[in-house]
This record gives sequence, structure tokens and C-alpha cells, in this order.
Amino acid sequence: MNTGTKDHAGLADIFNEDEARVDWHDETLWFVRAKRDKAAHTLPEWEALRENASQIKDNVLSNLHDYLLQFEAKAQQNGITVHWAADAEEHNQIVHSILKAKGVTRIVKSKSMLTEECHLNEHLQKSGIEVIDTDLGERIVQLAEEPPSHIVLPCIHKKKEEIGELFHEHLGTPKGESDPQFLTAAARVHLREKFLTRKAAITGVNFAIAETGEFVVCTNEGNADMGAHLSEVHIACMGIEKIIPKRKHLSVFLRLLARSATGQPITTYSSHFNKPRAGQEMHLVLVDNGRTKQLGRADFRNSLKCIRCGACMNTCPVYRRSGGHSYHTAIAGPIGSILAPNLDMKEYADLPFASTLCGSCTNVCPVKINIHEQLYKWRQVIVKEGYADTKKAVAMKAMDFTLSSPFVYKTAGKAGRWVMKNIPFLVNNKLNAWYKQRDMPEPPKQSFSEWYKKNNNE
Amino acid sequence: MNSRAEILSRIKENQPELTSLPAELTAPLQYADPVAMFSTVLGNIGGTAVPVSSYEEIQDYIKTHFADQKRIISTLPELSGVTEAGWEGQDPHSYEDIDIALIKAHFGVAENAALWVTEELMQQRVIPFICQQLAVVVQQKEIYSNMHEAYGQVADAVYGFGTFIAGPSKTADIEQSLVLGAHGPKKMTVFIMADS
Amino acid sequence: MRVGLFIPCYIDQFYPNAAIATLKLLQKLGVKVSYPIHQTCCGQPMANSGFEHLTTGCNDLFIKNFAEFDYIVSPSGSCVLHVKEHLHSHEEEEKAVSVRKKVYELTEFLTDILKVEQLTARFPHKVGVHQSCHGQRGLKMSQMTELVAAPFSKPMQLLQMVQDLELVELSRPDECCGFGGTFCVAEEAISVKMGKDRVADHVSHGAQYITAADMSCLMHMEGILRRQNSQVKVLHIAEILNAEEV
Repeated sequence: MNTGTKDHAGLADIFNEDEARVDWHDETLWFVRAKRDKAAHTLPEWEALRENASQIKDNVLSNLHDYLLQFEAKAQQNGITVHWAADAEEHNQIVHSILKAKGVTRIVKSKSMLTEECHLNEHLQKSGIEVIDTDLGERIVQLAEEPPSHIVLPCIHKKKEEIGELFHEHLGTPKGESDPQFLTAAARVHLREKFLTRKAAITGVNFAIAETGEFVVCTNEGNADMGAHLSEVHIACMGIEKIIPKRKHLSVFLRLLARSATGQPITTYSSHFNKPRAGQEMHLVLVDNGRTKQLGRADFRNSLKCIRCGACMNTCPVYRRSGGHSYHTAIAGPIGSILAPNLDMKEYADLPFASTLCGSCTNVCPVKINIHEQLYKWRQVIVKEGYADTKKAVAMKAMDFTLSSPFVYKTAGKAGRWVMKNIPFLVNNKLNAWYKQRDMPEPPKQSFSEWYKKNNNE
Repeated sequence: MNSRAEILSRIKENQPELTSLPAELTAPLQYADPVAMFSTVLGNIGGTAVPVSSYEEIQDYIKTHFADQKRIISTLPELSGVTEAGWEGQDPHSYEDIDIALIKAHFGVAENAALWVTEELMQQRVIPFICQQLAVVVQQKEIYSNMHEAYGQVADAVYGFGTFIAGPSKTADIEQSLVLGAHGPKKMTVFIMADS
Repeated sequence: MRVGLFIPCYIDQFYPNAAIATLKLLQKLGVKVSYPIHQTCCGQPMANSGFEHLTTGCNDLFIKNFAEFDYIVSPSGSCVLHVKEHLHSHEEEEKAVSVRKKVYELTEFLTDILKVEQLTARFPHKVGVHQSCHGQRGLKMSQMTELVAAPFSKPMQLLQMVQDLELVELSRPDECCGFGGTFCVAEEAISVKMGKDRVADHVSHGAQYITAADMSCLMHMEGILRRQNSQVKVLHIAEILNAEEV
């Protein structure tokens, strides 16, 4: 996503210019978080379930090599063609070559964050292939020529009036019509025509089962199924970390996924693709794109356990008030902030700092990724690798010098409250970001240590 | 080195020491009355549960409730009296105008009102998705409490395609307003057949 | 029992009353407390900014000041969490480990170590409790709304012992206030928005005071309240637990 030179803070500034809209965005997502809480509380074994899922995923990461081979062999036996892509570019080329071989120039695609990460749409469109995103939210942002702002709720940043306007322009709905029921009905008609006329369908993959070679796709709308079952070619794209060992493990993950994502007990459809339909071609593309590198980072490999439920975004007080686009990467929010620096540390150096480290993300994560601890650790890595702001580095060195020495600290304190001048959140000058919308604390007559010396003669 | 070999070798190099799989979850939630739970949850997600005790009753229901529907198909021979004959084996696109599809499920799950359906119960994979309304028949004794029991039932069954279906197709993509009938069925009826 | 009082740098400089109340409260409960006069800062502002490698000096000084005590108590959950999770030493790691184990935030020290069951305090006001994230989710001083687990709250348990104090319920009982250390200036817009929203939750539920076991969150919320010319005040929990208002 091209956001010019603005970092998360800069983009969040722009988002916060319209406070009423921030309130609306925050409330909408908080509503989803509240639904998640309610759904979690229906299961007394919720925390044990999370622990179970976490351990299954730990096992997957520790045995990924063998599971992938097992999966590949089984999938091939089932009649699925398996491809391997080292990076986004190769993934896009593979998909393109499959379509080209079949002479397909118009396709439908259901939600796949992997294809967003790889910028597949742009690649195919440049090659003259029309891609229609069929998830309603994704179709909306596609019409608006924007990327999704949330992995589960792609157009959560858009108001119904804006969607009404887009539909009026592109689908011919009456001007001023913004009723969600009406707009969804219009999209249904619009997209049915696409499902019925496109010969190839791309879907994502939620889970792939090493034991059986099948893969599972979860949707509420049924768009993945409509695409796949009406197409001559079905291409499923997945990151290599989506493997789980056995079919029965789906019980654990399907109980967690939708409850964490939207508060539903399960998605409407949890479709298990084992073999192609008679006469159909089924392809599966296994994509690395930095995942093996992240696997090698001991502090960060846990991020690969993610099942893309989006709960960390809904609960994140920063995400809710800055919007998904402020993260300028395909996967926004807390999880995106620990995934993105692996792909490009310089480009995404700002993201691990776009957090108060409140830890709510870690608590809602269905696979117990220690997200906020990884944000802290990424900060250390980013500074060490030299991607920190130089002014900040100088200030930190000055702080270290002062705070390491009681003498310097006390002298500085006496000489007009050193902290007030130097502590990073209270730099007392005209450009003080603290003072813009907040008052400074009133400096007391004496510090505690001064009081203590006078009042407690030990 | 091709990408496959390259990826696999990087994984081998980078994957951590092997950890074991956890023991299965002990004592997942059981419902005293799974059928009642199933019906409640189905109602919450936009579906309708209809208790029946025979296929005649289902036929009567279809005649009274779906009288205005033009194209009604079924994969159940027991319902052939009220549904279209000879619809099978055609191009899947031709099912676009099906108003109601009646199929059978292997079993249902109380905690989420999901029904397990595999390819042979659909005849064509697209059937439960392309119809305007879906109706599913499930045996009352085949309703289990939770997903662990559900996968215990699926076990190592062989199928080309199988799916859990929970309620009608839905979306809340526009301002989190729930709308039924995104692309697939706008309504879903589940006939829960009493044990004979 | 010898207790070392650890007063974070910004409390020392800006909120001496919170520190004085902490000291007096502990003394009132019969604890022998010393304040090592040469202490400065735990190093958290640097570490959370990614400069953990620059905190060696702070760490060594901290160990020098506090290693000798049986317990180290501080009126700041956030600083305590930092010490607990990140205090290390090149030369004396054993001492660092021991310090990490014996550092306590004030309220958890009162409930878990002293096992306080009654207080003499009186505070006839409506009070909203801000659950600071590092204390709550880091030190587990109270149950977190994200988890499916039995509720508890060490700060509230103590506040309920204060005569005539009325706790107000909040719409979002444990949402972050947006202070976040350097986050409060680096991400100024969101930090302030989070703070405004948190303050509004307390105000709309009738709180006259907002209290917390972390002064930094309160400093941030106070800055916002004062800019809004609000009558609502912030007060460190030690000042309420030690209040003798009649």
C-alpha cells in the first residue's frame, strides 16, 4: 500500500482529525470484541481450548518439514496439484501460469489474506486478467480501490452511506440508498452473475490437514463455495504455516476461530476440500514469502501460529482508534505489527511502536501468541539494527547517563526538575507533543527524596 | 535448487526442537438436551428448527410452507412426491434457479447448530450453496454436543468434499449489520426427525 | 521484615504525595521501610523505546540500592513489572534474579504478603478505578475481561475496606488509557484519544476521583482532565488507602 512517507503515527493523526468517526470506528469494533467475550464465556473450557490449540501449533512449527511432505503426498493422491512458491512473486507467477494454460482471463476470488500479502490482484490485472473479489467487504474495498483495513472485516472503516455511494456508481443502485439489507441484495445479484460466468476461482485456506491432504475454507457468505463449485479450475493459496496435523484437530480450531473472530459459534460454512470435483482441476499453492525466515527467529516464530481471526485487532485500543490503513501493510493491527518487520524491517520499523503494550491482544489470541511481548522484542531488534530515529537515540543516551548516576540525577533534579526537561514524554518546550492536548503536571515544591531527607532521619 | 527443495531445507534448518502434541481436551461441554440446544443456537444464527416424526410430515410442511416456490429439488427419495424428478447430473450452473433444496445431513452439532454434509448427500457440491433456501433433514439421535464428538463421528471417512453448514448464508460487512442471504441460501430450515 | 521503598523517578519529581502516602501507609501497617536515597529510575522508558541495551547502568544501580532488602515495594505496577521482567546484570545475575523475585507493587504487597484485612481509612467520595495494564495484565493484580476466569481485583479488594468510599462501575473496566511511556508523545493523537475516552467513561459514571496503582496513567488522565477544566481529580491509590478525611 502506498502511503507516501507517513508512518503509523502520521496516518493515525489524519484518521483522528474526525473524532466522531474515530468514536464510531472504536464502538463498531468494540461491539465485535464484546460479542467475542460473550461467545468465549459460553465455553467453560475456553482457556484449556486455547492452550490446546497453542500446543498443537507449537508441534506444527516444530515438525513443519515432515507435515508439509505428508500433506503434499496425500493431496497429490487425492488429485490435487501442489505448487511451491518461495516468495510473493513466484506465487503470483504460478497462479498466472495456471490461468494462462486454461486461457482464463476473468476470475472470481474469495478472501485470502495471503493473496493480499502477495499483491496478486495487481499482478494479474497487469497481465490482463480481471479479478472479482467476492467477499462482500472485499468487493466493497475493491470498488473503492482501497486495500482491506481488517483481515476479517475488510470494509469496517466504511460507513454505509459511503458504500451506498459506491454501489450507486458501480452497481446502479438508487442514489442515497444506504440500507445494508438493500445493498447486500444488490451485491448478491451483481456477484451471482460473476459466479455463473467465471471459469476459475481462487480461494484462501484456513487449515490444511497433513494426515488427509484436505484443506478447509471457512466463510459466512458461501462465496468460496460458490466460486469453487462452479469453476473449472480451483486454485487455493496458503501460507506453509496453515498446516495442522490431524483432521480431529479441526474440532479445536473451529471452536476457537469464529468465536474469536466475530462471536459466532462457527462460520456458516466450514468446507473440507479433499478431491477435485469430477472434471475439475484443483491446484494448491504453498507459499513461503518470509515464513521460513520468521521460523528461524526464536523470539518471533510464534507469530506463525496465527489463525487470522482478527481478535487482536478488535481488542486493540490503538487499532480501534487509528484504523487498519494506518498500519500500511496487508495484515494490520497487533499481529501485523509482529509479522511485517520480518518482511521489511526498515519499511515497518514504526509498527512495533504503534502500541501501548497493554497486552489485551495476547489475552484474546486463540492460539496464545505472546503478541505484546514480541512487540517489545521487535523494538529492541529494530533499534539494534539501526532503524530508530537518531534524535531518539541521542535522548536515550542522555537519559542513561543521568539515570545511571544518582549524583547527576539529583543535581539535574534540583536544577529545575531534570525529569521535566528530559523524560521523553514530558519534554518541556513549545513543540511538546504532551502539551498539545494535555496539561503538564504541576511541579511540587519539593521532590519526595528532598522531603524524605528532611522528615526521616534514619 | 527449486523452490520446493529450498523451502523444505530452510524449514529443516529453522524449525525448533520437536514438541509433542497435547493430550485431547478432557470433558468438553456437554448439554443435557443437545436437541434443544441445537434448536436454540440455530434460531440465534437465523435458521429454523422444525421437529418432525415422519417424511410425510416433511412433505406436508413443504406443501403448506413452500407452496409458492417454483423449483424444489431433493436428494432424498422419501421426498420425491413433492420435489422435481430427474434434476441430477446436469451442469452445476443450471441449478441457479433452484428455490429450495432438501438434503440430508450425517449429523448435527448442538454447540453451533452446524450440520455435517458430504458430497454424496448433495449429489452436486454446489447444491447447498446455490439454492435460494436450504432445508436439511437430520435424525434427532444424530445431534451431538460439541465439535470433538463431531469429528469423532467424521473419523477417517473418505469424501471428496464435506462441509459443516450452520444456518443461512450471511454477512455483516456493512457496518456490522447482519444480513441473511449474502450469496447462498437466504433461509435455512432443519427438520429434526424424531427417533423411531 | 526489611522493606525497601522504590519510588519511580517521575513520582519522586512530580507526585511526592503518592510516595509519602505509600511510606506512611506501610509504616501504619507496622512495616519497617527504608528509602535508599541514591535510587533514580528502573530504566523502563529506555527499554520500552527499544533501548534495553542502554539500561545496564540503571540495572546495576537498582541492584546496588535494593539487593539487601527482604522485599522491594513500589507504588507503580508498571515499573515493578519492568524490574520483574527485564532486570539483569552482567556481573551479579544471581542478585538480579533475587531482586526480580522480591519486588512488589504496593497493593499486591498489601493483599498477598501483609494479607491486610482492614484499614482505618475513610474517603467519602465516588471513585473510579483505572486498571493499569501493566499491573493488571502483567502482574495479574486483577482478572482480565478477555479471559474466561473467576473475577478478582487486589486494588478493589483494598478500596472496599475504605469507609464511605463508593466505587463506580465502568463501561469498559480494563481498557488501556493510552499513556504507554514514549507512546504518549510518539503517537500523540491516539494516546490523547484513548485518554479522553477513558476519562469520559469515569466521568459519565459519576466518578469524583479516578484512582490507580500506577501514577503514570493518572498523570496522563490528569493532563486531559485539567485541559478540560474538569472538577474530577486523580489520586494514587496509596493516598486513598491512607486517607484520614473525616
